[in-house]
Amino acid sequence: MNHNDKDGGREPSTLVEVSGLRVVVRKDDDSEIVIVKDVDFSIARGEVLALIGESGSGKTTIALSLLGYARSGCHIVGGRIRIGQREVLSLNQAALEGMRGCEVAYIAQSAAAAFNPSRTLMDQVIESALSHKTMSRAAAEAKAIGLFRALALPDPEHIGARYPHQVSGGQLQRAMAAMALITDPELVILDEPTTALDVTTQIEVLRAFKNVVKEIGTTAVYVSHDLAVVAQMADRIVVLRDGSVREVGDTAQILTAPQNDYTQSLLAAIAPAARLPLNVAAPDTASLAVQKEPLLRIKGLIAGYGSLDSRGLPGVRILDDINLKIERGTTIGIIGESGSGKTTLARAVAGMVGPARGSITLDGEALSPSLAGRTREQFRRIQIVFQNADTALNPAHSIGRILSRPLAFYHGLSGEAMRRRTAELLDLVQLPASVANRVPSELSGGQKQRANLARALAAKPDLILCDEVTSALDTVVAAAILELLAELRRELQVSYMFISHDISTVRAICDDIVVLYAGRMVANRPREAMMAPPYHPYSHLLLSSVPALQQGWLEQVCGRTPTQLPPIGDVLDSPDMCAFLPRCSARVDGVCNTVPPRRRNMEHGGEILCHRSDADLQRIQSPLLAVEGVTI
Amino acid sequence: MKSSSESSVDTAPVPVATIRRRRSRRSWLGMIGLALVVFWLAMAMIGPRISPYDAAAIVDTDVFSGISSKFLLGSDYLGRDMLSRILFGTRYTIGLALAATLLASSVGTTLALFAALAGGWIDATISRALDALISIPSKMFALMMVATFGSSIWLLILTAAIANMPGAYRIARSLAVNVQAMEYVQAARARGEGALYITCVEMLPNMIRPVLADLGLRFVFVVLLLSGLSFLSLGVQPPDADWGSLVRENISGLGEGATAVIMPALAIASLTIGVNLLIDNLRGRRAGKD
Repeated sequence: MNHNDKDGGREPSTLVEVSGLRVVVRKDDDSEIVIVKDVDFSIARGEVLALIGESGSGKTTIALSLLGYARSGCHIVGGRIRIGQREVLSLNQAALEGMRGCEVAYIAQSAAAAFNPSRTLMDQVIESALSHKTMSRAAAEAKAIGLFRALALPDPEHIGARYPHQVSGGQLQRAMAAMALITDPELVILDEPTTALDVTTQIEVLRAFKNVVKEIGTTAVYVSHDLAVVAQMADRIVVLRDGSVREVGDTAQILTAPQNDYTQSLLAAIAPAARLPLNVAAPDTASLAVQKEPLLRIKGLIAGYGSLDSRGLPGVRILDDINLKIERGTTIGIIGESGSGKTTLARAVAGMVGPARGSITLDGEALSPSLAGRTREQFRRIQIVFQNADTALNPAHSIGRILSRPLAFYHGLSGEAMRRRTAELLDLVQLPASVANRVPSELSGGQKQRANLARALAAKPDLILCDEVTSALDTVVAAAILELLAELRRELQVSYMFISHDISTVRAICDDIVVLYAGRMVANRPREAMMAPPYHPYSHLLLSSVPALQQGWLEQVCGRTPTQLPPIGDVLDSPDMCAFLPRCSARVDGVCNTVPPRRRNMEHGGEILCHRSDADLQRIQSPLLAVEGVTI
Repeated sequence: MKSSSESSVDTAPVPVATIRRRRSRRSWLGMIGLALVVFWLAMAMIGPRISPYDAAAIVDTDVFSGISSKFLLGSDYLGRDMLSRILFGTRYTIGLALAATLLASSVGTTLALFAALAGGWIDATISRALDALISIPSKMFALMMVATFGSSIWLLILTAAIANMPGAYRIARSLAVNVQAMEYVQAARARGEGALYITCVEMLPNMIRPVLADLGLRFVFVVLLLSGLSFLSLGVQPPDADWGSLVRENISGLGEGATAVIMPALAIASLTIGVNLLIDNLRGRRAGKD
């Protein structure tokens, strides 16, 4: 391995060389589909190369073939892969097994699925070192502890004794990195390692990865669909589409001066806010003034599960004291991390989750907490669009049938009128009329989401609840859907409740933004104010955690955020205490841990749930980096 | 990244010839199944009319004779024509089994949809009650029923249906619970649809294939159960006879290799195989469309 002189004229600094790689899917009937077409690239020693592309671009297939592995049904049929002195594709099974996990290591997307729940972290982290017999158990454990420390895991000496379910998702992902690095691999493959994580967790993991990679000088392949994340990690980027390379270049060049059309469209789609027209303003102010009651008003909503306490409130609250209103023709954005109660809120409005307390009124008319108590007219006025268009459309029905049901159900249309209206709806969401005869499985992801939207529009609703409608889509497709939503709002004057975990998406189309944390509204502010200091401490953390499409952003942010939180005494045991307290960098001992926070108005508009005054927050919070795509 | 290979599979053109080849192989097997089923259904309808003799007529003193021009399928222990007896028995075998299976599956599926949609204690009560029923061996249950009420056509149908209903319910319920959690069902509920629409239009089409496959299998089991009962002389009573009783009454000829035992058994086998091939193929063709 160290005989670089034998390397026959090649650059000795090149660790990995892939040329003419070809992977096919072979089906039962011997037909073949090429999913990776003649891919060439090379990686220098110590370099981080990113493979970027949409779903179906073949990025994971390429990354796995570096391990000499093809998923079931896939076959590597051509090309060469050289890692160091090895010709990976001509190795026998034993040699491949010796290489995997030792010289070439793999970090998968879902750490939760990659760890064995019945063994401790330490056992699993050092397993590859022991099975390849590269070091003794004691040496491996010492090394693992060093890696835990380098990856900024808490309590590195003892965390190895824990089981996978005893650490958080972000910590598990870092433990997986330790597992990969334990044998000092020549090459580490990271396959979407942060995609499943919340944005505030992602930044911690990225920071840890970056430090380790820099410290050890590992060569790495970073697979991702997210250009902004890749910009932080990679030295060079390979842009893939449909299994072939579209562009290869240094990170800076790809980000600032992309040559290929596809790369350009990818970059353009990432900042949808820049292209979407700002929201409707003038035309309906008059009618707004007449309508005193907002379209939807939620007052003191509490929902949850578990046995009821003495006050008749559920033991575990998913939503706690939600107050908001949605005016006609406006969009309210609900953002928060997974488990913050976003989806429950939409379901409560739709009547599918019965709240324990509080009221929801539509146009001043109280909505029944259960489905059974609502009228058909109320159902019509509120429509919900689910996250997953794959499961939201009945696979047994044609699109035409799916769209015609609400037309018949709410509007009593039939025959020619129904056919005409269906065509109109398809036109509205920019689908060809021929789609009406197809079943959902014959449509692409973006088309399905459009059909999903068309079904909601068929009811002629006043309010559409959009639950993560763009999360499952590729960037370019998601941008198109957002544009469509904005256009529909202008044309039809519908209101949206737009639920997302992605702040740039919310910012692109919402007038008001509500930040949920652990079921509580920690901030509720107009969009402009949301993006202007001071912020609620959680909003600040959230905003400063969104990766910017700019190299060096991660280092800048890391330099700014305080790693040490202010010390705090015992926290009073009450569900009304500030939920963000354990992670808050602005907490005050003696106040935050003893007194429930109060909702108060901010100078720049909106309200937050925090003890700190505007001036205090302004003083503590470092301004957000003025990067395009994060601040207005 | 699971989607990567899938979506490329979706978009890439699949050679048309291979699709046709695969489909033709499937439909070829299906055609055999269809032919067998249609044949026996036709026999059930017109069998008695085309049979050479009456089922009860003693044609010859030659018992357990082999295949001859007089007895196309041999003769039975009394010298009756086997072909005629099988043709007359078709109606009993198919009619009873079909009625019992349809009853079992429709009641089971309806209950399952109701339980899945209602959830909670209703679901738990129905499920546990039917689990208790499933724990009684079907033959034992049938024995009990016949012993208590005496054998009659309606009792046989009811017995076979009750014995098979919990199984049908279990399969349908597990499907219904999964389908019920799908977002299109949630969307229908949020639209304000009633329970009948949700179950019949949204849920049923997405679980009908496995339910149909189960129906086919269950039909076979019912045929075997009824034949078994007839073999124990608890089924269709003489002089009428279904295929199971034909095997039973001629069992003494087994040592002589009499066709009278083999032919009704072959009839049972060909019907069950035919139904299975047909159902499998129905499912395959539907699945191939997606």
